[in-house]
Amino acid sequence: MATGYIIRKNEFYDSVFLMRVAKRITEQPGVQQSAALMATEKNKILLADIHLTGAEIDAASPGDLIVAVIADNDQIVRAALDHLDDWLRRDQAGSSEPAPRTLDAALARQPSSNLAVISVPGEYAAREARQALERGLNVFLFSSNVALEDELSLKQFARARGLIVMGPDCGTAIISGIGIGFANVVRRGPIGVIGAAGTGLQEFTTQVHHAGSGISHALGTGGRDLSDAVGGISALSALDALERDAATKVIAIVSKPPGAQTLARLTERMSQCNKPVVACLIGIRDELPGANIRFRVARTLDEAAMLAVQIANGKPSTSPNPIFNLQSLISSHRARLSPKQKYMRGVFAGGTFCYQAQQILCDAGVVVHSNAPIAGNVALQNARQSVEHTIVDMGAEEFTDGRAHPMIDATLRRERILAEARDPQVAVLLLDFILGYNASAEPVGDLIDVIKQARERGIVIVASVCGTEGDPQGLHRQSKLLQDVGVIVLPSSEQAARAAGLIASGR
Amino acid sequence: MENKLDELLQNVPTIINIGVQDFAVSLQTQGAPTIQVEWSPPAGGDREMIELLDKLV
Repeated sequence: MATGYIIRKNEFYDSVFLMRVAKRITEQPGVQQSAALMATEKNKILLADIHLTGAEIDAASPGDLIVAVIADNDQIVRAALDHLDDWLRRDQAGSSEPAPRTLDAALARQPSSNLAVISVPGEYAAREARQALERGLNVFLFSSNVALEDELSLKQFARARGLIVMGPDCGTAIISGIGIGFANVVRRGPIGVIGAAGTGLQEFTTQVHHAGSGISHALGTGGRDLSDAVGGISALSALDALERDAATKVIAIVSKPPGAQTLARLTERMSQCNKPVVACLIGIRDELPGANIRFRVARTLDEAAMLAVQIANGKPSTSPNPIFNLQSLISSHRARLSPKQKYMRGVFAGGTFCYQAQQILCDAGVVVHSNAPIAGNVALQNARQSVEHTIVDMGAEEFTDGRAHPMIDATLRRERILAEARDPQVAVLLLDFILGYNASAEPVGDLIDVIKQARERGIVIVASVCGTEGDPQGLHRQSKLLQDVGVIVLPSSEQAARAAGLIASGR
Repeated sequence: MENKLDELLQNVPTIINIGVQDFAVSLQTQGAPTIQVEWSPPAGGDREMIELLDKLV
């Protein structure tokens, strides 16, 4: 075995691009492992984990690129590293002019800009966001690991100037039909939605699309916005703007339960809105004060989408793709399980799907272990090891530290599905697949061989695919790949969780 | 003064993308005017130098 690396001073590439570079190098014959990353302290630890250390690596700074290769022999290592410029070549997006290196240079070239989309590493993100706000730009802040005090000060600064900060840790937005970050291709229409949860927004917007209606705008706020520490500043700005927006007839809000004070403030604001509002605060079971015919509460994402479409159309909507034979389908699968197969394992890419599935199972009396447990469930002692019924969020920090989200990089999810498949006590696997811009080009293809292995071991697999036919990956094609290997594909994450619960609980 | 968020919602957004280049590509594919900034960590990522620079500005 041979090892080698190259350090390029002051040569920065984004992490998604570098993930693809490393993948392409690893696919070369004789290459066992490769890494392409910026020399941050965190990434140096990852390199040390694969025994790559040295004074040069220690001295490298976060603006320096490190590409390392572990291969069968020196010749293969050298060949891979000699071609580094080829690996790093990428299509210049759009213009033939060299890209501007600063925000001001970009603004000089495109003075009508009104939105900055920021996805630099978290430690630099607040600085970039502030510069954008100071120049009068709204901000979509994809970066995570932004300090709470920075989030608060950015949002206060924005609000005082009639701007919005979507994020930090905002995965999804749709503005006037343009999907930003992880977003699906959905019809334009009368429903505006505000979401503190990225996959929650994706599921809501695709369900609205499937029900025949469409989206005016989908505005993300970031997961912390509705905490009492931030007080829902971006959610309230978004609500004000959608209330004034001529294209929006109905407003929906999708979130985990807000902080108590923020919930009170938001509830009061929603009940006074001059447009109909649907609030889906997953996990809040009680009616909210002020709820009435124009301010409705939905308990799940499906219900929220159906209610919003119903209000927009002025008539009851029907659920798309109803599953008439779900019960008999479940019974026939259950009948084939061995007595040892008792447990359900959910291996999720979408955080909101993980959260909502727990809620649905909790309501059905099924207690699960999770790395992101809701009240009433049990925290996993080791996120990498399932216990009895387990639902794991593979997008949680412990899995994404130093690597891309499972919606882009399926490596760890593959390993987890394989581990579950090898556990003889597993009866049912619950999976989500998320399509749309910037998600993996083959969300199902990335996992299909391990899914087949699980099927061969007699495990029932229930899945949902969040997407539309217009998405680059194609909803039908992805669903069919799953169905062809015997996976039960249901039309929503909610329905998939219910079905998995029915199989697991033996009802 | 017109509210900048209201303005943003009135039309297809005009975007400056700082970071993941794939985002710029998907925005351009959809027809949103987008400029990619070739970003790198300020002062090579040296925290003290960044703070000093910010103070100077």
